[in-house]
Amino acid sequence: MNLRRDVFQALADPTRRAILLLVASQSLTAGAIASNFDTARPTVSKHLQILTECELLEQKQNGREIHYHINAKKMKEVADFIEPFRNMWDDRFNKLESIMKEYQTRK
Amino acid sequence: MERKTKVTAEDGKHDILIIREFDLPLDLLFKAYAEPELVEQWMGTKVLKLESKKHGSWEFETTDAKGNVAMRASGVIHEFIPNQKIIRTFEMANTPFGVQLEITEFEKLSDDTSKINMHVIYESVAQRDQLLKLPFAYGINMAHNRMEELLKTLK
Repeated sequence: MNLRRDVFQALADPTRRAILLLVASQSLTAGAIASNFDTARPTVSKHLQILTECELLEQKQNGREIHYHINAKKMKEVADFIEPFRNMWDDRFNKLESIMKEYQTRK
Repeated sequence: MERKTKVTAEDGKHDILIIREFDLPLDLLFKAYAEPELVEQWMGTKVLKLESKKHGSWEFETTDAKGNVAMRASGVIHEFIPNQKIIRTFEMANTPFGVQLEITEFEKLSDDTSKINMHVIYESVAQRDQLLKLPFAYGINMAHNRMEELLKTLK
Protein backbone atom coordinates (compact mmCIF):
# COMPACT_ATOMS: atom_id res chain seq x y z
CA MET A 1 0.00 0.00 0.00
CA ASN A 2 2.67 2.47 1.04
CA LEU A 3 4.94 1.48 -1.78
CA ARG A 4 2.26 2.07 -4.37
CA ARG A 5 1.42 5.48 -2.92
CA ASP A 6 5.08 6.40 -2.86
CA VAL A 7 5.52 5.57 -6.52
CA PHE A 8 2.66 7.87 -7.46
CA GLN A 9 3.87 10.53 -5.10
CA ALA A 10 7.28 10.26 -6.72
CA LEU A 11 5.75 10.68 -10.16
CA ALA A 12 3.54 13.60 -9.11
CA ASP A 13 6.55 15.89 -8.78
CA PRO A 14 7.67 17.66 -12.00
CA THR A 15 11.38 17.75 -11.05
CA ARG A 16 11.36 14.03 -10.37
CA ARG A 17 9.67 13.37 -13.71
CA ALA A 18 12.36 15.50 -15.38
CA ILE A 19 15.07 13.45 -13.61
CA LEU A 20 13.50 10.22 -14.87
CA LEU A 21 13.40 11.55 -18.42
CA LEU A 22 17.04 12.60 -18.16
CA VAL A 23 18.22 9.26 -16.79
CA ALA A 24 16.06 7.31 -19.24
CA SER A 25 18.50 8.03 -22.10
CA GLN A 26 21.71 7.31 -20.15
CA SER A 27 22.83 6.43 -16.63
CA LEU A 28 24.32 9.43 -14.81
CA THR A 29 26.01 10.34 -11.53
CA ALA A 30 24.19 12.48 -8.95
CA GLY A 31 26.46 15.39 -9.85
CA ALA A 32 25.73 15.14 -13.57
CA ILE A 33 21.99 14.99 -12.85
CA ALA A 34 22.16 18.00 -10.51
CA SER A 35 24.03 20.06 -13.11
CA ASN A 36 20.90 19.91 -15.30
CA PHE A 37 18.79 21.68 -12.70
CA ASP A 38 18.84 25.08 -11.07
CA THR A 39 17.72 23.50 -7.81
CA ALA A 40 20.18 23.15 -4.93
CA ARG A 41 22.24 19.98 -4.94
CA PRO A 42 20.76 18.60 -1.64
CA THR A 43 17.27 19.02 -3.13
CA VAL A 44 18.28 16.95 -6.14
CA SER A 45 19.81 14.35 -3.79
CA LYS A 46 16.52 14.15 -1.92
CA HIS A 47 14.67 13.58 -5.20
CA LEU A 48 17.16 10.85 -6.16
CA GLN A 49 16.69 9.23 -2.77
CA ILE A 50 12.89 9.17 -3.17
CA LEU A 51 13.13 7.79 -6.72
CA THR A 52 15.56 5.10 -5.54
CA GLU A 53 13.44 4.18 -2.52
CA CYS A 54 10.39 3.52 -4.65
CA GLU A 55 12.57 1.58 -7.09
CA LEU A 56 12.06 3.82 -10.11
CA LEU A 57 15.83 4.41 -10.13
CA GLU A 58 18.63 2.00 -9.36
CA GLN A 59 22.17 2.75 -8.24
CA LYS A 60 25.11 1.01 -9.82
CA GLN A 61 28.70 1.26 -8.63
CA ASN A 62 30.92 2.20 -11.56
CA GLY A 63 34.50 2.35 -10.35
CA ARG A 64 34.50 5.09 -7.72
CA GLU A 65 31.32 6.64 -9.04
CA ILE A 66 27.71 5.76 -8.42
CA HIS A 67 25.54 5.92 -11.51
CA TYR A 68 21.80 6.18 -11.45
CA HIS A 69 19.85 4.31 -14.07
CA ILE A 70 16.21 3.74 -14.70
CA ASN A 71 14.46 0.60 -13.48
CA ALA A 72 12.58 -0.26 -16.64
CA LYS A 73 10.66 -3.07 -14.97
CA LYS A 74 9.25 -0.77 -12.30
CA MET A 75 8.45 1.95 -14.82
CA LYS A 76 6.54 -0.56 -16.89
CA GLU A 77 4.61 -1.72 -13.83
CA VAL A 78 3.51 1.81 -13.08
CA ALA A 79 2.65 2.55 -16.68
CA ASP A 80 0.44 -0.52 -16.71
CA PHE A 81 -2.88 0.69 -15.36
CA ILE A 82 -3.86 -2.76 -14.14
CA GLU A 83 -0.91 -2.86 -11.75
CA PRO A 84 -2.51 -0.66 -9.05
CA PHE A 85 -5.65 -2.81 -9.27
CA ARG A 86 -3.56 -5.95 -8.84
CA ASN A 87 -1.71 -4.31 -5.94
CA MET A 88 -5.01 -3.49 -4.27
CA TRP A 89 -6.05 -7.16 -4.33
CA ASP A 90 -2.57 -8.30 -3.36
CA ASP A 91 -2.68 -6.01 -0.31
CA ARG A 92 -6.11 -7.31 0.65
CA PHE A 93 -5.12 -10.95 0.23
CA ASN A 94 -1.86 -10.46 2.14
CA LYS A 95 -3.91 -9.00 4.95
CA LEU A 96 -6.37 -11.89 4.80
CA GLU A 97 -3.49 -14.36 5.01
CA SER A 98 -1.84 -12.72 8.02
CA ILE A 99 -5.15 -12.23 9.86
CA MET A 100 -6.13 -15.87 9.35
CA LYS A 101 -2.68 -17.12 10.41
CA GLU A 102 -3.07 -15.21 13.63
CA TYR A 103 -6.63 -16.49 13.99
CA GLN A 104 -5.34 -20.05 13.61
CA THR A 105 -2.75 -19.72 16.36
CA ARG A 106 -5.25 -18.07 18.72
CA LYS A 107 -7.56 -21.07 18.53
CA MET B 1 8.58 -9.45 -2.79
CA GLU B 2 7.05 -12.25 -4.78
CA ARG B 3 3.92 -11.27 -6.64
CA LYS B 4 1.35 -13.74 -5.51
CA THR B 5 -1.87 -12.32 -6.88
CA LYS B 6 -2.46 -12.69 -10.59
CA VAL B 7 -4.92 -10.54 -12.50
CA THR B 8 -5.90 -11.29 -16.07
CA ALA B 9 -7.91 -8.75 -18.03
CA GLU B 10 -7.97 -9.34 -21.76
CA ASP B 11 -8.52 -6.42 -24.11
CA GLY B 12 -12.08 -5.89 -25.27
CA LYS B 13 -13.61 -8.35 -22.80
CA HIS B 14 -16.00 -7.56 -19.98
CA ASP B 15 -14.56 -9.84 -17.34
CA ILE B 16 -11.42 -10.33 -15.26
CA LEU B 17 -9.78 -13.24 -13.47
CA ILE B 18 -8.08 -12.90 -10.11
CA ILE B 19 -6.05 -15.87 -8.88
CA ARG B 20 -4.21 -16.22 -5.61
CA GLU B 21 -2.62 -19.02 -3.61
CA PHE B 22 -2.57 -18.89 0.19
CA ASP B 23 -0.48 -20.44 2.93
CA LEU B 24 -3.71 -21.31 4.69
CA PRO B 25 -5.81 -24.46 5.01
CA LEU B 26 -8.94 -24.31 2.85
CA ASP B 27 -11.40 -24.04 5.76
CA LEU B 28 -9.59 -21.02 7.19
CA LEU B 29 -9.51 -19.30 3.81
CA PHE B 30 -13.23 -19.85 3.39
CA LYS B 31 -13.93 -18.64 6.92
CA ALA B 32 -12.29 -15.30 6.04
CA TYR B 33 -15.08 -14.83 3.47
CA ALA B 34 -17.95 -16.11 5.58
CA GLU B 35 -17.55 -14.43 8.99
CA PRO B 36 -18.49 -10.72 9.08
CA GLU B 37 -15.88 -9.75 11.71
CA LEU B 38 -13.11 -11.37 9.64
CA VAL B 39 -14.28 -9.75 6.39
CA GLU B 40 -14.21 -6.38 8.17
CA GLN B 41 -10.57 -6.90 9.09
CA TRP B 42 -9.11 -7.86 5.74
CA MET B 43 -11.37 -5.78 3.50
CA GLY B 44 -10.94 -2.74 5.73
CA THR B 45 -14.65 -2.01 5.62
CA LYS B 46 -17.61 -2.01 7.95
CA VAL B 47 -19.92 -4.97 7.38
CA LEU B 48 -23.49 -3.78 7.89
CA LYS B 49 -24.93 -7.09 6.81
CA LEU B 50 -23.58 -10.41 5.61
CA GLU B 51 -25.94 -13.36 5.32
CA SER B 52 -23.60 -16.16 4.31
CA LYS B 53 -26.19 -18.43 2.71
CA LYS B 54 -27.92 -19.05 -0.59
CA HIS B 55 -30.24 -16.11 -1.39
CA GLY B 56 -28.76 -14.07 1.46
CA SER B 57 -27.66 -10.49 0.99
CA TRP B 58 -24.77 -8.31 2.07
CA GLU B 59 -23.93 -4.65 2.60
CA PHE B 60 -20.57 -2.98 3.28
CA GLU B 61 -19.79 0.60 4.16
CA THR B 62 -16.40 2.29 4.13
CA THR B 63 -15.81 5.58 5.93
CA ASP B 64 -12.98 8.06 5.50
CA ALA B 65 -10.78 9.47 8.29
CA LYS B 66 -13.45 12.06 9.17
CA GLY B 67 -16.16 9.42 9.51
CA ASN B 68 -17.97 10.33 6.30
CA VAL B 69 -19.27 7.46 4.20
CA ALA B 70 -16.79 7.05 1.35
CA MET B 71 -18.29 4.01 -0.28
CA ARG B 72 -21.30 1.81 0.14
CA ALA B 73 -21.57 -1.48 -1.66
CA SER B 74 -24.15 -4.22 -1.59
CA GLY B 75 -25.44 -7.28 -3.37
CA VAL B 76 -27.09 -10.65 -3.07
CA ILE B 77 -25.61 -14.09 -2.65
CA HIS B 78 -26.71 -16.54 -5.33
CA GLU B 79 -24.72 -19.53 -4.22
CA PHE B 80 -22.96 -20.37 -0.99
CA ILE B 81 -21.26 -23.76 -0.81
CA PRO B 82 -18.87 -23.94 2.18
CA ASN B 83 -15.23 -24.52 1.22
CA GLN B 84 -16.13 -24.52 -2.47
CA LYS B 85 -17.92 -21.60 -4.00
CA ILE B 86 -19.56 -18.22 -3.47
CA ILE B 87 -21.50 -16.50 -6.23
CA ARG B 88 -22.65 -12.99 -5.46
CA THR B 89 -23.48 -9.68 -7.10
CA PHE B 90 -21.60 -6.51 -6.22
CA GLU B 91 -22.78 -2.96 -6.75
CA MET B 92 -21.33 0.33 -5.52
CA ALA B 93 -24.02 2.85 -4.58
CA ASN B 94 -24.16 6.19 -6.42
CA THR B 95 -21.63 5.21 -9.09
CA PRO B 96 -22.05 4.60 -12.82
CA PHE B 97 -20.25 1.25 -12.65
CA GLY B 98 -23.29 -1.00 -12.74
CA VAL B 99 -23.58 -4.44 -11.20
CA GLN B 100 -20.88 -7.05 -11.32
CA LEU B 101 -21.19 -10.78 -10.89
CA GLU B 102 -18.48 -12.41 -8.80
CA ILE B 103 -17.86 -16.13 -8.92
CA THR B 104 -15.32 -17.09 -6.28
CA GLU B 105 -14.06 -20.65 -6.18
CA PHE B 106 -12.05 -22.08 -3.30
CA GLU B 107 -9.68 -24.96 -3.85
CA LYS B 108 -7.57 -27.13 -1.56
CA LEU B 109 -3.95 -27.46 -2.72
CA SER B 110 -2.54 -29.31 0.31
CA ASP B 111 -3.38 -29.55 4.02
CA ASP B 112 -1.82 -26.13 4.58
CA THR B 113 -2.32 -24.36 1.28
CA SER B 114 -5.30 -23.29 -0.75
CA LYS B 115 -6.28 -21.23 -3.74
CA ILE B 116 -8.87 -18.68 -4.80
CA ASN B 117 -10.18 -18.28 -8.34
CA MET B 118 -12.24 -15.15 -8.73
CA HIS B 119 -14.11 -14.53 -11.95
CA VAL B 120 -15.68 -11.07 -12.12
CA ILE B 121 -18.12 -10.26 -14.92
CA TYR B 122 -19.10 -6.65 -15.63
CA GLU B 123 -22.06 -5.25 -17.57
CA SER B 124 -19.85 -3.82 -20.31
CA VAL B 125 -16.23 -3.56 -21.47
CA ALA B 126 -16.28 0.19 -20.74
CA GLN B 127 -17.43 -0.36 -17.15
CA ARG B 128 -14.83 -3.02 -16.57
CA ASP B 129 -12.05 -0.77 -17.85
CA GLN B 130 -13.28 2.15 -15.75
CA LEU B 131 -13.30 0.04 -12.59
CA LEU B 132 -9.88 -1.38 -13.31
CA LYS B 133 -8.53 2.15 -13.55
CA LEU B 134 -10.02 3.28 -10.23
CA PRO B 135 -7.06 2.32 -8.00
CA PHE B 136 -4.73 3.89 -10.58
CA ALA B 137 -6.70 7.15 -10.52
CA TYR B 138 -6.89 6.96 -6.74
CA GLY B 139 -3.12 6.63 -6.52
CA ILE B 140 -2.61 9.74 -8.64
CA ASN B 141 -5.22 11.67 -6.63
CA MET B 142 -3.67 10.62 -3.33
CA ALA B 143 -0.33 11.87 -4.55
CA HIS B 144 -1.78 15.19 -5.65
CA ASN B 145 -3.76 15.69 -2.46
CA ARG B 146 -0.67 15.03 -0.41
CA MET B 147 1.33 17.47 -2.47
CA GLU B 148 -1.39 20.08 -2.01
CA GLU B 149 -1.47 19.55 1.74
CA LEU B 150 2.28 19.77 1.88
CA LEU B 151 2.19 23.03 -0.08
CA LYS B 152 -0.41 24.44 2.32
CA THR B 153 1.86 23.79 5.30
CA LEU B 154 4.72 25.56 3.53
CA LYS B 155 2.76 28.79 3.04
